[in-house]
Amino acid sequence: MSAGGVGNAVRIANKKLGEKQVPLMGVLAAFIFAAQMLNFPIAGGTSGHLIGAALAAILLGPWASVLIMSCVLIAQCLIFQDGGLLALGANIFNMGIVASFSGYYLYRLATLLLGNNRRGKLIGSFIGAWGSVILASIVCAIELAVSGASPIGVVLPAMAGLHALIGIGEGLITGAVLSLVLATRPDLLQLQRI
Amino acid sequence: MKSKWWLIALLSCLAVASLSPLASSSPDGLERVAEDKGFIGLVQEAPFQVIADYIFPGMGNEAVATILAGIIGTVILFGVVYGIAWLLVSRKRKLA
Repeated sequence: MSAGGVGNAVRIANKKLGEKQVPLMGVLAAFIFAAQMLNFPIAGGTSGHLIGAALAAILLGPWASVLIMSCVLIAQCLIFQDGGLLALGANIFNMGIVASFSGYYLYRLATLLLGNNRRGKLIGSFIGAWGSVILASIVCAIELAVSGASPIGVVLPAMAGLHALIGIGEGLITGAVLSLVLATRPDLLQLQRI
Repeated sequence: MKSKWWLIALLSCLAVASLSPLASSSPDGLERVAEDKGFIGLVQEAPFQVIADYIFPGMGNEAVATILAGIIGTVILFGVVYGIAWLLVSRKRKLA
């Protein structure tokens, strides 16, 4: 399923990607990798870190985001022994596909309802980023339950509860980066979404 | 100057990577749930190690090793994704 999603992402990017998006793709991949290293503390001796899929999807579109996230996750797995080889498919599905699309469409919905101005964009990016983390954690919990690691009644509330907190961090970082882009290069938000 | 905005952006990413030794070392959301609910034991060791746990091997100072790992990863990801995107775009230009 993940391989099919990534293949489709390559196909769509192949059709729609423009020259202007090339450096932005690279920069976002670099930023997401660097930011994922920065675990921030949340309640009770637990930490969280950025996924970054919502940010990439808001700036470039969900398919381009799937492509970027896949590259980040593959590099983390192969070079840094993080995430795991056997879980790579699930990680690409959760943090690549699920988080990118949920983040993108929640953001679109929010800007539709709140207005496509600076305020709407910033609130929308927070909602999109927060929602993307929750949804990815719920899908991950379902996968853990199906694979027999832990019963769904135990693992689902635990994952969703913690990630409701981590999602606040994701939302704040995504909003901060978006406001930086709006302040310095607002034209980047006019690019076609992929 | 305007076309070189990404250079500034990349340098900012490297600055973010250099902050990595300050990151919280507490277990993250999934690790915490796995520990609390008793399935962390299902984790299997990687069959090979390159820069495991974001610590560049063979360095005395762990903070420096972490920064080095972060910088290497950031540069690799910029290069790889830029390269893939550039390939996709240039192939299209040839077809057109």
